[in-house]
Amino acid sequence: MKFFTEEHLELADAIIARYPKPRSAMIPLLHLAQEQAGWITDDAMAEIAELVGTSSAEVLGTCSFYEMFKRSPVGKYVINICTTMSCALLGAGELMEHAERRLGVRAGGTTEDGMFTIEGAECQAACTEAPCLQVNYRHRYRVTSDQFDSMIEELASTNHDVPDHGVLSRIRQHIPEDRFVGAVPPEDVVSSPAWMHDEKVD
Amino acid sequence: MSDMPPSEVVITINGAEVEAHPGEMLIAAADRVGVHIPRFCYHERMSSVGMCRMCLVDVDTGRGPMLQPSCMVPVSEGMVVDSESEDTRRAQEGILEFLLVNHPLDCPVCDKGGECPLQDQTVAYGPGESRFIEEKRHYEKPIPISDLVDLDRERCILCDRCTRFADEIAGDPLIQFTERGNAMQVLTFPGEPFSSYFSGNTVQLCPVGALTAAPYRFKARPWDLEQVESTCTTCSLGCRVAVQSSRNELVRYLGVDVESVNHGWLCDKGRFNYEAVNSDDRLTTPLIRDKHDQHQLLGTDWGSALAQAAQAIQQAGPERVGIIGGSQLTNEDAYVWAKLARSVIGTDNVDAQLGDGIPADVVLGLPAATIKDACEADTVLIVGPDLKEELPILHLRLRVATKGKTSVIEIGPTATGADAYAQRSIRCRSGEAARTLLALLEGDDPLAKQLREGSVVAVVGRTSMAESATPALEVASVIRDRLPHATFLPALRRGNVRGALDMGLAPGILPGRTTIDQPSESLTDKWKIIPETTGLDTTGMLQAAASGRLDTLILLGADPLRDFPDRNLAAEAFQYATTIIAIDNFITDSVAQADVILPSTAYGEQGGTTTNIEGRISRLTPKVTPPGTVRDDWMIAAELAWRLGGDIGLGSRQEIWREIEQVAPSHAGVTVERICGPEAHEGILVEGTSIEPTLPPPQESPVIDGYGLRLVSGRKLWDAGTNISHSPSLKHLAEESTLRVHPSDLQRLGVSSGASVRVISTRTTETVVAVADESILRGTAVLPFNQPGGGANRFIDATAHVNDIRIETL
Ligand code: SF4
Ligand code: SF4
Ligand code: FES
Ligand code: FES
Repeated sequence: MKFFTEEHLELADAIIARYPKPRSAMIPLLHLAQEQAGWITDDAMAEIAELVGTSSAEVLGTCSFYEMFKRSPVGKYVINICTTMSCALLGAGELMEHAERRLGVRAGGTTEDGMFTIEGAECQAACTEAPCLQVNYRHRYRVTSDQFDSMIEELASTNHDVPDHGVLSRIRQHIPEDRFVGAVPPEDVVSSPAWMHDEKVD
Repeated sequence: MSDMPPSEVVITINGAEVEAHPGEMLIAAADRVGVHIPRFCYHERMSSVGMCRMCLVDVDTGRGPMLQPSCMVPVSEGMVVDSESEDTRRAQEGILEFLLVNHPLDCPVCDKGGECPLQDQTVAYGPGESRFIEEKRHYEKPIPISDLVDLDRERCILCDRCTRFADEIAGDPLIQFTERGNAMQVLTFPGEPFSSYFSGNTVQLCPVGALTAAPYRFKARPWDLEQVESTCTTCSLGCRVAVQSSRNELVRYLGVDVESVNHGWLCDKGRFNYEAVNSDDRLTTPLIRDKHDQHQLLGTDWGSALAQAAQAIQQAGPERVGIIGGSQLTNEDAYVWAKLARSVIGTDNVDAQLGDGIPADVVLGLPAATIKDACEADTVLIVGPDLKEELPILHLRLRVATKGKTSVIEIGPTATGADAYAQRSIRCRSGEAARTLLALLEGDDPLAKQLREGSVVAVVGRTSMAESATPALEVASVIRDRLPHATFLPALRRGNVRGALDMGLAPGILPGRTTIDQPSESLTDKWKIIPETTGLDTTGMLQAAASGRLDTLILLGADPLRDFPDRNLAAEAFQYATTIIAIDNFITDSVAQADVILPSTAYGEQGGTTTNIEGRISRLTPKVTPPGTVRDDWMIAAELAWRLGGDIGLGSRQEIWREIEQVAPSHAGVTVERICGPEAHEGILVEGTSIEPTLPPPQESPVIDGYGLRLVSGRKLWDAGTNISHSPSLKHLAEESTLRVHPSDLQRLGVSSGASVRVISTRTTETVVAVADESILRGTAVLPFNQPGGGANRFIDATAHVNDIRIETL
């Protein structure tokens, strides 16, 4: 029933140690679980509950609140088509219909070959570029049906460096050493805190 | 509930100036002055969350009126509140319209219909008509979230009461809000049902019909229900309940909020075991053993059965009669039986406890604490059984109390429900609790200082059924000696055990917490004859019967074969006793061996009073008529007295109580009028005692030999007990019995987890399934006391202070 690999279990312990209360590590651990399996299995939630000392139901409650935590397997590419107002006015409905027909699955579904999942999404803060969508949470703007088709072809034929599960975990959470710096009196603020200069781990 | 600062603030509600406690929520202040603000999510025993917005009212704190949720706004000086303004009214309409957007309105087939806050408040505050024409949410309805509770997600209004209760009060966060927005729903984790001992409370809390109790589903409509307020007697905590019936059948219990005891909560056992009262297996007519075929019981009339019983008592003579049990009786019944035994039969061989408690002089003689004292003490020291299993609502109250300034320290041989909230859980081998406590108090552990300097309530009982009473007495002795300021709550489980002892159903004890050598004048006057020597306790009676020194055993709702810790001794006693007379509701293992069986009334059929472990007297109210020809226990005693040539001289429960009030010194002033008056809602606390308890100093307990394991046995909430076995919804909840041992011990013995092993004790050798469990102390083996598949009482020698067993591979 154990879910985490040895290596991830070590990492999980390190993550838990960062917080005064183990329960606070729940979301980072969910990310870790999704990184490992591509989605969040029941075993993963049960193990996280054990690790942070709470009930599995509580982990489920938190996990299911966030749409980016997937509780069933998704395709290599997750395509979120915005269906909110600006995009809707500029043809998001038609785009969605086209996408469904092109991929042969309904919104929320995954193609049989496991390549694509399409989802309807709320506003992606790119209303001036409507209709827009995201592929693994990276924007594509003003997408026409033709552009959609060529995008699919391109994604299907090239081997992109994209995590299989198409989620956020490409960038691992990074908490620098000086995170406990505490409050800095205003006169001492000569520049931004050290960790802002740290290189982003990609 | 918490200590209120003394100064009040003045606020204006609907034009009237009222005083409010600083810090309290506006809705609570309004409640106190009789202004009702509609609400769904607010509950006075839980934290405010502001989920439903139904309690919006106009609040002006100097910046002009604004709609604010009154369950989230603390009162402040000069606050002006209008709960009837136009804006408030429109807000209420709006909220109800939203709440009904997804509500299926299946009231005609909903258990809640007729008593539903959503129905009621929609009628009172709703818009009258809905503008919603779209499709509503649909879910499979209902889904079971546990064996006892069903969830209909379509009806749920997401008020967070059930989930908040599960987390905040019960400490079993097994139900949660999942998903978000329109898809939000209450759910359990797949494969992990909401099997909390307190799950039934969520059904009572749910303001709609989303949560329903499986045993009550479709059983009645609220307008058909008749209701009386009564007291739960399943355990000795005495939670207040509303007992509801329909067509002369008990169909539901609801918790009633009393400050001193249960705060409105009930455990699931207390809530649902009314099914046993309705059971077809109830005894309805007297039975006697067939003279020609010893295996047959024959139905008979009361006259012949009583005559046969009386004859057996008479033939035996006073010294050779013993009365075992009575802790499930009402105070009145217990009193009449105590009187029958002493003044008519002439014996002091009476014991309401079944060799599984602590001696009556100690229960009655130690300085007493109340539940409230415990919940307000600096430290509660638990050295006794697992309260979660045996006194569930005490466990709940203590758990909630630890969120305040109260800390819990527990000492015992096994993991318990208190581990989750205890400041410290100290594990020691069974039989060594007193010395462990002594070591703690003598050492430089900061806990010692905390115990010495702060207020302490000690909850003391047997930490294991495989221990004699001595280890518990040693603990009490250490506490009295070292912590003289501590007060005690005895951890005794059975319904009215405290009341039965108060009424004199214990050897050497007379009604009103006095001993046999100091009877009150009025008692001597009423009873005439009082035996001079102290009689035998249950263990003594069974030993006497087993060795032919006692002929007639009377079982007062007692099942020694199941509940006495030593089954072998009980069986031997049954074998050698000439006559066994059983007064009971069901044919239990022991009743099946009886020669005369007299059926008695059950809970919900009797009036009278009961006394909880604090010594608090509460009323019982009959609701349904008993089946067949069954009689109240006191009537049976009175009839027997008559046939034995005596006269109890009492004709009704009221008369009995009047006599108790006269003869029992501690109960003087607790009049029938008080018991029937409004005071009785909280129960009437009887304080004071004239008994000085005898407490032994701690002894070394025997060392275990290299092969042995110390046996530890505790009761479970769901066990093979009589009422549970006769409640169709509950009987499958009891887990099969397994022996749990630390993995290293199992390994040492060459046994793999889950294998059957031979368990050898001084009493017997039998086969049991052994399971590895890391939480068990090394050198200890844990076997639940009374689970299906065989109880621990097979292995226990009741005369030993502790019991050791050996395990062998088959
Ligand atoms: S099930 Fe009932 S108590 Fe629980 S959130 Fe829904 S409405 Fe509230
Ligand atoms: S805790 Fe005891 S008194 Fe209260 S409901 Fe449960 S069984 Fe009844
Ligand atoms: S509406 Fe589509 S991005 Fe805002
Ligand atoms: S009762 Fe105040 S928000 Fe629900």
